[in-house]
Amino acid sequence: MLLISCPNCGSRDETEFHYGGQAHVAYPENPHELTDREWAEFLFYRDNTKGSFAERWLHSTGCRQWFNMLRDTVTYDIQAVYPMGTPRPDAAGQRTADTGTASTAADSTTTGSAAPDISGTSTSATSISSTPAPEGATK
Amino acid sequence: MADLLPEHPDFLWHNPEPKSSYDAVIVGGGGHGLATAYYLAKNHGMTNIAILEKGWLAGGNMARNTTIIRSNYLWDESAAIYEQALKLWEILPEELEYDFLFSQRGVMNLAHTLGDVRESVRRVGANKLNGVDAEWLDPKQVKELCPILNINDNIRYPVMGATYQPRAGIAKHDHVAWAFARKCDELGVDIIQNCEVTGFVKDGNRVVGVKTNRGTINTGKVGLCAAGHSSVLAEMAGFRLPIQSHPLQALVSELHEPVHPTVVMSNHVHVYVSQAHKGELVMGAGVDSYNGYGQRGSFHVIEHQMAAAVELFPIFARAHVLRTWGGIVDTTLDASPIVGNTPVENMFVNCGWGTGGFKGTPAAGLTFAHNIATGAPHRLNKPFALERFETGALIDEHGAAAVAH
Repeated sequence: MLLISCPNCGSRDETEFHYGGQAHVAYPENPHELTDREWAEFLFYRDNTKGSFAERWLHSTGCRQWFNMLRDTVTYDIQAVYPMGTPRPDAAGQRTADTGTASTAADSTTTGSAAPDISGTSTSATSISSTPAPEGATK
Repeated sequence: MADLLPEHPDFLWHNPEPKSSYDAVIVGGGGHGLATAYYLAKNHGMTNIAILEKGWLAGGNMARNTTIIRSNYLWDESAAIYEQALKLWEILPEELEYDFLFSQRGVMNLAHTLGDVRESVRRVGANKLNGVDAEWLDPKQVKELCPILNINDNIRYPVMGATYQPRAGIAKHDHVAWAFARKCDELGVDIIQNCEVTGFVKDGNRVVGVKTNRGTINTGKVGLCAAGHSSVLAEMAGFRLPIQSHPLQALVSELHEPVHPTVVMSNHVHVYVSQAHKGELVMGAGVDSYNGYGQRGSFHVIEHQMAAAVELFPIFARAHVLRTWGGIVDTTLDASPIVGNTPVENMFVNCGWGTGGFKGTPAAGLTFAHNIATGAPHRLNKPFALERFETGALIDEHGAAAVAH
């Protein structure tokens, strides 16, 4: 089980949190101008990084606040916890983070580029874009 | 039951050095890669081909799944491809001349809520229309088929009935891989283990070679069968896939006398259980929520599925967890696989089978081999093309496929 340092509540068990998938995904500035390809990229395509990955977490049974986390998807080591609305911190050996502006958790305005560039940030599209991590099952 | 197990096989395939060039290269020596190579050789006469496996043969998800085989999917496209797979499972032991213990002991999908009941009855109807064997069982019939199941109404989510597919069942996964590997080897396919792909050689937008830790191999065609690592390979090749890789865990108990005659799956309390030929209770449930390539997950996920198992099967309270493990599953948003062409010419992808790829192994191989050999999809994998995420023609098996994804 991951031990996650919530920025507001301190270290808590993973079971208190809800996973929100890739961080820094901007809601398109002009969705109606997107091609089908670009819309598909926004809706369905997310980075699936092997290594350092910037992702969103919600402390659902604690402060109920979203925050971002940098975590290694192979070792599961948590490398950084940082607020929504701030750029991704550098992680050694990884590509530098997008410098895109990021909106705060409560902010519904979008600041990303018009293209479905996945390097911006927004939470306004949470309900559409955050692919709720599938409650999968082998069958 | 142990005396039913075949002798551990000796050497069923060779370990050749990679040649400098092949007509086609399959990346990934799991069940899907092996089945693809088998059908390329058998159905399409392509025998100058190689399977590149970065570790050992069938050591990834092929060794980590819970071996359930069924075809009771809701949507037409899914029912067609999974039913094709089931029909192939029924003939493969003879065709591959290898008894891999395919046991059609049936699969039961429990319903615990009114919503479950409605979904289940609807799915039974859809299955019948698609020629898939399916029945709706009331709790008494459930109990008759699986006496150890608790159908009392004093539990949080009582069993309100179940769908049942009699032709479904389990098979011994390692033996399936070895059966395909032996036939591939006989047909002239080079199975190259410990050969990790590190990049691709492209001429413009056309793939012409594969870079590996054992040198560069020229090839006319590349088929990706790498499950949880598909995104990594796609990135090397210069395109993206709508895949998220998650850890999926499973576990076994110690060996027991036969107590569980069928396969029981429950979406709602979320566990699925069968008993292996050797006697272990084999269980699995949901993926870990986070993205991960670590082949391990968090313990609370195991704890949750154990709680579900003990509620449904009170006698399991006396069993013990012997081993737990994890694999990396390649999930898509519509819980359906991606089989078809890629944006790179002569490169094809078979991935996105997510949490249920084992059952699809023969059909994945059959259709993917067709796609690689002819350059165009087989009718069964056509709906599963990458383009569906652009056209919107998703095959949304989430919550529809008799399992909670």
